[in-house]
Amino acid sequence: MGHLTYLALLAGCLAVTAPLELVLRVRVYARWRRFLVAVLPEFVVFVAWVLYAIAQGHWDYSAARTLGVRLPGGIPVEEVLFFLVVPLCAVLAFEAVRKVTGWTAGDEG
Amino acid sequence: MSYSALAVTAVVAVLVVDLAVLRTRLVTRRVFWATYAIVLVFQLLMNGVLTGLDVVVYDPATLWGPRIAYAPVEDLLFGFAMVTLTLASWAAVNRRANTAARRGRDTDTRRSSTR
Repeated sequence: MGHLTYLALLAGCLAVTAPLELVLRVRVYARWRRFLVAVLPEFVVFVAWVLYAIAQGHWDYSAARTLGVRLPGGIPVEEVLFFLVVPLCAVLAFEAVRKVTGWTAGDEG
Repeated sequence: MSYSALAVTAVVAVLVVDLAVLRTRLVTRRVFWATYAIVLVFQLLMNGVLTGLDVVVYDPATLWGPRIAYAPVEDLLFGFAMVTLTLASWAAVNRRANTAARRGRDTDTRRSSTR
């Protein structure tokens, strides 16, 4: 179970935010291609940051609490998923706040 | 660069991106800060578990020192930069799509894809 700790946290994030799509109908999963375009800068910049941090020894990951699958540069596969899952949750929250409050974000066209 | 210096740089960089590069100006909007407040609560929870269980372990030499819910305060800057860059980019992509859709309607030409 220990090896699944990080992966379980990511799954928990998706589970907690899923009702925003299913109940509030914020249509983020429905616009998945748009999400993938939008997430690209964050993904590239932050994966690069992590690779630098690992190389510099700023931080490291537990072998016991991750799957143990390391991608080139020593980044655990969960950490790569983190930079897709967390932005997805943030966008879901953003659209949920917009929908519930009616506040505008300036991107309505 | 230390983690601390990188984290401060990242916050400044995403503010420049939001205000001057993409001109999405999300940091001037209530909808952004209400979202960030929600995200922050969950970040403290998730980061607390990640650092409390030592899923991620930091080199103290690269940090200022203070921690909130087990996580170094630099993680708050890291999280802010990550969320702000993501939402500014999302808003920029939406704006482009919505503007294209409106122009399509205005000129009575074929409406562009909502994706």
